[in-house]
Amino acid sequence: MPEAAATPLDDPRPPRKLYRSSDGRWLGGVARGLAGHLGLPVVWVRLVFVGLFMANGLGALLYAAFWFFVPLGVGGVGDHKPPSLVGTETAPDGRRRLVARKPDKGQLAALLLMVIVSMVFVSSVNLGSAAKAYLVPAVLVAAGVALVWRQADNARRARWVEAGRRRRTLSLLRAGGGVLLVTAGVSAIFVMQGSAAHLGAVLQAALAVLVGITLLAGPYLVRMTQDLSEERLMRIRAQERAEVAAHVHDSVLHTLTLIQRNADNAGEVRRLARAQERDLRTWLYKPEGTGKDEADEPDTVAEAVRRNAAEVEDKHGAPIEVVVVGDCPLDERTAAQMQAAREAMVNAAKYGGEGGAVQVYAEVEGRTVFVSVRDRGPGFDLDSIPADRMGVRESIIGRMERNGGTARLRAVPGGGTEVELEMERAEKTS
Amino acid sequence: MSDATEASGTAAGAAEAAGSGLPVGEGEGGRRVRVVLVDDHRMFRTGVQAEIGQTDRTGVEVVGEAADVDQAVTVITATRPEVVLLDVHLPGGGGVEVLRRCAPLMADAERPVRFLALSVSDAAEDVIGVIRGGARGYVTKTITGTDLVDSVFRVQEGDAVFSPRLAGFVLDAFASTDAPPVDEDLDRLTQREREVLRLIARGYAYKEIAKQLFISVKTVESHVSAVLRKLQLSNRHELTRWATARRLV
Repeated sequence: MPEAAATPLDDPRPPRKLYRSSDGRWLGGVARGLAGHLGLPVVWVRLVFVGLFMANGLGALLYAAFWFFVPLGVGGVGDHKPPSLVGTETAPDGRRRLVARKPDKGQLAALLLMVIVSMVFVSSVNLGSAAKAYLVPAVLVAAGVALVWRQADNARRARWVEAGRRRRTLSLLRAGGGVLLVTAGVSAIFVMQGSAAHLGAVLQAALAVLVGITLLAGPYLVRMTQDLSEERLMRIRAQERAEVAAHVHDSVLHTLTLIQRNADNAGEVRRLARAQERDLRTWLYKPEGTGKDEADEPDTVAEAVRRNAAEVEDKHGAPIEVVVVGDCPLDERTAAQMQAAREAMVNAAKYGGEGGAVQVYAEVEGRTVFVSVRDRGPGFDLDSIPADRMGVRESIIGRMERNGGTARLRAVPGGGTEVELEMERAEKTS
Repeated sequence: MSDATEASGTAAGAAEAAGSGLPVGEGEGGRRVRVVLVDDHRMFRTGVQAEIGQTDRTGVEVVGEAADVDQAVTVITATRPEVVLLDVHLPGGGGVEVLRRCAPLMADAERPVRFLALSVSDAAEDVIGVIRGGARGYVTKTITGTDLVDSVFRVQEGDAVFSPRLAGFVLDAFASTDAPPVDEDLDRLTQREREVLRLIARGYAYKEIAKQLFISVKTVESHVSAVLRKLQLSNRHELTRWATARRLV
């Protein structure tokens, strides 16, 4: 059955290699692969194969040869719709997962049709009655082999498509079914040849040979698979290490150089060190599955708060500590709140950054989003806000109230200023 | 992370506590706390020693140092300090392993050894892991010398030391979930405890919290200690997940 499609590679390099297609294939993906390679519609290729199949089964032979020798790949004919069998969906915890969907009904129907056509074809073929007797077992064998091969393809593809894996039992069933078919076909041929009398002896001999081979080659095979998986593990580790090294090379060394150059400028050194520390932390403790780039716009409250704090910190050089509890997606109201919070951070960094770190706390509880920005600066008298801080009224208080939230500025008894912003999340419009 | 706001205790706070009937080691300069430093970075140990180790000025006496788990257990057992400054990431199993092997010393009724975790890490499982292992608090290494001394005295008195970040983790871990609590007493924070934690997360010192909520500093401390107890004993799913997710890379 065709199932999960791979992610299309979008850079066909000039010397194109022929691959069997793993998307939307019916059998081995040979036709699709060829069509993609030759730039022809896949229907033509399939028709040609069917035509050749009529010519004494040459098509089948050719197909089998292609299947055997051409490696499974991705691509083939570019569909103009997204692959129908795998979708990504965003899980509640914000991670993207690949989800296998049910195979296309059309493809199933086509496959069934093909089976029926070949049955009709087989029964209408005019061969000598002796040869005809062999035809059914031969078809059985072919079907069994095809099934097992399909399975092998799937196993290989599963390595590079992290799609919803079929259960192991299913794959085992398939392989088992294939083996059964082949065995039945081969036995049938034996029976046809009138060697049914010797069948028992032959089977015993075959079994003995098989057991012998297993005993001899078994340890080697086991060791080989172990070596392979170990090798794969080592490779993954090496990749991880390389990634760490690259990161360290890129930014940490760079920052250290800059720090040495600016050794006499304490403020700059502090700023550089902070920025690098933050960067490294983000990189080290980034929750898995949130593969967001720096360039992306933040789309949750926690991200927005952290991003704003980082930018203000870089710009004004005052350290900002961020603690976030809970999280929710941004809407127009909370986005306005984030703007106000950023303004508060700028103020705190500019006027209150002398007394130590600015402390930012954001909490999402139910429908309420609360942000507090607190500095330990000299504080100020709200009634006599100097002209240059008129921005506070407009950009913080005004902005919050226009969007239906509240802002409170107060002088903290222990020194410093605290801005509290509270906002109800927008009602779900969807 | 600068924990300028880490601990509210000042020299005055320490003096207050000195009169509260707790066992206090008397030195020339009043109280003394015997401390062991456990950290695998020699530079960091030297720095901390320089900042807090001048006993006459700070009242802290560094009686031993260790760079890995085995050394730490040996030194702590030999010197029986009152407070251990423990790095979370250590060769040989991490700070959690030291806590595990020193459990009998922690439980000692006469002279308990108390642990304060220090780390550069931001990972919730590291922090929650050492707290569940028995540490009485968690501060980050960027803490100033003065605040570190305050934290040491606080831990020596049996109080808990929460950094804003730890308070944030705890609020997150005890956030209301649909899962019914297994143990009502341990799996829920009271409204008051939640308020105290929120203020810690917002960068308030204990004294400021006391003012804000109109309660005494002692009451704030007892709330924080109660939270610490819940943190160590609760079987909440998030906590266990965080504590067990700690894989030494």
